[in-house]
Amino acid sequence: MNLGQLIFRELRLSLRHGADTMAALLFFIIAGTLFPFALGPGAATLAGIAPGVVWVCALLAALLPLDRLLGADFEDGTLDLLLLSGLPAYGVAIAKTVVHWLTTGLPLLLIAGPLAVMLRMPSERLPLLLAALLPGTLILSLLGTLAAALTLGARRAAVLMPLITLPLMIPTLIFGAAAVTSPHPAAAFYMLGAMLLAAAPLAPLSAGAAMRAAAE
Amino acid sequence: MTLSDLRLVISRGLNHSLGATSILAIRIFALFTASNLSVFRGERLVFSNVSFSLASGGALLLRGANGAGKSSLLRALAGLTPLAAGELRWDGENVLGDLSWYVSRLAWLGHLDAVKPALTAAEHVPVAFLEPLGLGRFADLPVRLLSAGQKRRLALARVMASKAALWLLDEPTTGLDTESEARFVALCEAHRAAGGMIIASTHTPLALYEVDVLAL
Repeated sequence: MNLGQLIFRELRLSLRHGADTMAALLFFIIAGTLFPFALGPGAATLAGIAPGVVWVCALLAALLPLDRLLGADFEDGTLDLLLLSGLPAYGVAIAKTVVHWLTTGLPLLLIAGPLAVMLRMPSERLPLLLAALLPGTLILSLLGTLAAALTLGARRAAVLMPLITLPLMIPTLIFGAAAVTSPHPAAAFYMLGAMLLAAAPLAPLSAGAAMRAAAE
Repeated sequence: MTLSDLRLVISRGLNHSLGATSILAIRIFALFTASNLSVFRGERLVFSNVSFSLASGGALLLRGANGAGKSSLLRALAGLTPLAAGELRWDGENVLGDLSWYVSRLAWLGHLDAVKPALTAAEHVPVAFLEPLGLGRFADLPVRLLSAGQKRRLALARVMASKAALWLLDEPTTGLDTESEARFVALCEAHRAAGGMIIASTHTPLALYEVDVLAL
């Protein structure tokens, strides 16, 4: 099995479990919608918090499918087959990351725009938000796959996963929100790019090692 | 009729019933040797100094009480569990030095079936390989609708479809009825007749010809 075949198979499985993606999207929308109810509909208030709300809601929503990303394969014995498929373990992690981003990160990215508009974000800031969310969701998928691999077989994996992922995502959150609110967003984008470049090789390598350890 | 003649007859008969002449045609000539294997699980030494050799057409049954290390030995042979000591050689070559080369020559069946409830049987294994195990009419059914024995047969069909030379099977007949077990034995004999090798752990006697037994 090569990388493309594995990604195709995982995408087909994700389509069959479409409710997982829908749950993440609905969580994103509903959580974002709660803020105007709690803070009132004032445009100035909402516009001020909109980037942070969208980022935090996207972060939390993307965590939802992570416990099944590798957990299901571990429980039904598929992880052994994946590790014996001829792909290196980090290749399996890359495939899982790509599928998580395509089925969760990308849909969140697409729906972030309308949510931000609902939160009265100035329209000229929308492209900045979406441009920052692109590397942001990719980093989240990379770190999320790593957390999913690290917690394989753990007794409270669903609880442990956000406890690992969320602290690791704090720098991305800081620079992601700053890319929208700062008068000089270029620096924040450079930082996001640097974090993506660091996570892209390190997270799959670490996740692959964690998968091998879990399969022992 | 000699034993090899008998295996050839079984192989030809099976291929004829499949309507294919090369479905199990491996025709490799290899020697797989394990020398002084030792494996730890956590702090516990599961087994030590296990050695055997298996030539093309051979079969090795692993016997022992629960927890004796049959599954651990199979996982070590697959490269999933690291060896504390010992070496594995394929025609004299150390296989653990190049795992990707080695795993392309083995097919794995763990004690879990590694099938996905949302996918159909045909999405797991090509239809041609479902027929010999009596799963042809279930090809388009989602696996969640199959019984436990049918799922096991599907997992066995995947082993057969791999066309790998070495089959590593952990309790392969779990959940199989008598007829399915007979089909499975015939497939094993056909695989051996084509030059393949089988290492299996089993609590129930398998009606294979000229098997070696390794007691753990």
